[in-house]
Amino acid sequence: MRPRSLHPLAWWIWALALATAALRTTNPLLLGLIVGVAWIVVAARRPQAPWARTFGSFVRFGCVIIVVRVLLQVLFGDRLPGHVLFTLPHVDLPSWAAGVTLGGPVTAESLVVAFNQGLQLATLIACVGAANSLASPYRLLRAIPSVLYELGVVVTVALSFAPQTVVAAAGIRDARRLRGRPHRGLRGLRGMAVPVLEGALERSLDLAASMDSRGYGRHGDVPAHQRRAGQMTTLLGAFAIVVGVFGVLDGGAPFVLGFPTLAAGAVLLVASLRAAKSGAIRSSYRPDVWRIPEWVTVAAGVCALVALVLAAHVGVPGLNPPYSPLEFPTLPLLPVVGVLGAAIPAFATPPLPVELA
Amino acid sequence: MITFEHVTFTYPDAPQPALADVDFAVDEGDFFLVVGETGSGKSTLLRAVNGLVPHFTGGTLLGRVTVDGISTVTPPRELADRVGVVGQNPTASFVTDTVEDELAYAMENLGIAPDVMRRRVEDVLDLLGIAALRRRTLGTLSSGEAQRVAIGSVLTSSPRVLVLDEPTSALDPGAAEDVLAILTRLVDDLGLTVLLAEHRLERVVQYASRIALVGADQRVRVGAPVEMMVDAPVAPPVVALGRLAGWSPMPLSVRDARRAARPLRDRLALITPPTRTAAARGDTIARLAGVASHYGPTEVLHGIDLSIARGEIVAVMGRNGAGKSTLLRLLSGLTRPTSGRVTVGGEIPHSLPAGALVRKVGLVPSDPGALLYERTIESECSVADHEHKLAAGTTRATLERIEAGLDPHRHPRDLSEGQRLALALAVVLAPAPPLILLDEPTRGLDYDAKARLSVILHELAASGHAVVLATHDVELVAETAARGIVIADGEIVSDGAARDVVCHSPVFAPQVAKILAPEQWLTVAEVSAALAS
Repeated sequence: MRPRSLHPLAWWIWALALATAALRTTNPLLLGLIVGVAWIVVAARRPQAPWARTFGSFVRFGCVIIVVRVLLQVLFGDRLPGHVLFTLPHVDLPSWAAGVTLGGPVTAESLVVAFNQGLQLATLIACVGAANSLASPYRLLRAIPSVLYELGVVVTVALSFAPQTVVAAAGIRDARRLRGRPHRGLRGLRGMAVPVLEGALERSLDLAASMDSRGYGRHGDVPAHQRRAGQMTTLLGAFAIVVGVFGVLDGGAPFVLGFPTLAAGAVLLVASLRAAKSGAIRSSYRPDVWRIPEWVTVAAGVCALVALVLAAHVGVPGLNPPYSPLEFPTLPLLPVVGVLGAAIPAFATPPLPVELA
Repeated sequence: MITFEHVTFTYPDAPQPALADVDFAVDEGDFFLVVGETGSGKSTLLRAVNGLVPHFTGGTLLGRVTVDGISTVTPPRELADRVGVVGQNPTASFVTDTVEDELAYAMENLGIAPDVMRRRVEDVLDLLGIAALRRRTLGTLSSGEAQRVAIGSVLTSSPRVLVLDEPTSALDPGAAEDVLAILTRLVDDLGLTVLLAEHRLERVVQYASRIALVGADQRVRVGAPVEMMVDAPVAPPVVALGRLAGWSPMPLSVRDARRAARPLRDRLALITPPTRTAAARGDTIARLAGVASHYGPTEVLHGIDLSIARGEIVAVMGRNGAGKSTLLRLLSGLTRPTSGRVTVGGEIPHSLPAGALVRKVGLVPSDPGALLYERTIESECSVADHEHKLAAGTTRATLERIEAGLDPHRHPRDLSEGQRLALALAVVLAPAPPLILLDEPTRGLDYDAKARLSVILHELAASGHAVVLATHDVELVAETAARGIVIADGEIVSDGAARDVVCHSPVFAPQVAKILAPEQWLTVAEVSAALAS
């Protein structure tokens, strides 16, 4: 295959499908497998760019979440009956805090449940991290419809904010050491906050000036009130879609908030985007193409999701391992095959151009 | 092409205007050079061309600025197809993340048809010689490459005017030549109008077709370079030498000066240039033995053996990214070597606590403002005294010695580059570290401030400090250094008397040395002293 970068949207759909799949199971082996698959794909298709180095940080963040979740369980969690590992001194809470327990016996069962739930959340975060590392946020930005392009200036500045702030913070840390000031720990952090923010603000202004000098925000001949109306319709449409999706997913919501809202939102969005397209003066340089590898990637992500949904539907054992009595989790065949399928993009997508690999 | 009609501009809350009654015109195809002392308003003048001043700064602009007949009352974006602006720091202006996208960005905003965009990107890639960089991530570019991409990113929208603020100040001599060659080509072949501000006149003055001098009274005087350079307050060494020798017409390039300099060379051939030795070469203060350093997976320095003695002024030169700053970071304890041993005053700098380190070694980074935190000069100095447990007033006294008569109530950010450098230097010098390191100290300094810096450095060396400069500025090296070190490919490729090191290199030779070769003279002051005796 000719080397090229995959469409950023394809990576995001793939990752979100994988993340949704992770929501369907608390089996630690399956969750671990999902993280592993994400890892393999990231390792194979991550480009050489600052934003692509974030996967590790996301995974580390996930680990912190697991630890915090288990600690919370030890301190406050509800007490599942079972094998008591150790007992913390029990604190009697006043009556208004009924339902919350502090201390008491800690059982192996409760720790396993807490760990699995923490791992589920960590897996979700790892999937988002994978999308972040695989898809260029800058190219994704270009997919923002031009009518909302004013949001773009905020997003662009924000995108450059994090990496540049990291660089600036390193410089200021060095400067503090050169002046013999504390540069580590809480005291160091406090002294650094103001100069770091000051520098970031200055750079953001520079960037905004550079964008403006290069024609960003030219409107062509569309009158201002018409533009505002277009923006409002687009945002309204997007909002309706979000509400609609919640309505569909949440069985308890009134019917009106479900499919009708979703449909109305979709109609609004498509109509406003179509109207905006006729008035916009922006053009697009070498737009990202959507070809077979993009379809394969999306299909691979969806395949994991479908496998898990299907498994849950037909009641394949092992998706949510029982904790009473504690058992070592098993690996059910159908979900495993589905999740492994999500690793296909690691080799079925075009390789990265040499400069980015 | 560009006209300023009685333009007076005042920043918000400023007591005096930054530009006063500026009135001149730039013709199509001019290579127009804006010169002036630090803080004279050069950047303000450039930013007024496409309306960044006053649209992005606030303040009041009286009079009228027009480009190609269009007034800058319209915001900068409406002038994007006429004026391309390249700021002082190209990396701060990048919007996208790859070279090709960055080149296309302005065209996308202008709504240029995809096939035209595709063609123009290819043209600009060829024109600037950056085709090999097309898919690179912007963060991985060297400063010379980044500067060329920044120029390319405004060229694609085919503007008629190109405005550049100090485009070569961060570049090594070789990369600066490349950028200037591109600019002259754009003017000569495409008839573009280039408006450019620069401190290092020795790099650009010979290319200019007109010069605007922003004076201390904020007024602007415009004229042909040969006439303007006769009495301009800022002058490159070639002009200073011309003034000393009384050449007329004033030569602006080394070639013209060499033709005029034959009699001078004959006179100087009979005199030996003064030998420049360390003022009081004392015991060794810093030593590197077999040092290697990595930045990520790449090896920046390897096999570095070096010792520095008290009383020495050592200039470290080399390409952008050659490892000059890394060498300073190793000496100052900011970076630990991957192998080998660094000692400063018998201690290992990176394992010293910060409080003890400042008494061993002081580093002024390329942005001296990074060292300053307080709201006034006075509190900056007293905080420094307090922190290093010095007698009250020590830092103030040091500052007085370096730069006398600064208003102690001024905010460090409001100082000129030279004054800020002086304050940062005072703060670093107050605990009296025997080793002083300066990273690119002349960025943004005019000739006056540079001459003062050089006097300060000589005084420091005479009082037993060792001074190490990492710099691209060959004229500063010529003025100050006794010892020169050139780093390339992570190794020290030459280390010796600065006179030998720079005179034998076509890249690092200062202008005076080029004009008077084969005699080894480095500065106008040396020549002047020799002629007087």
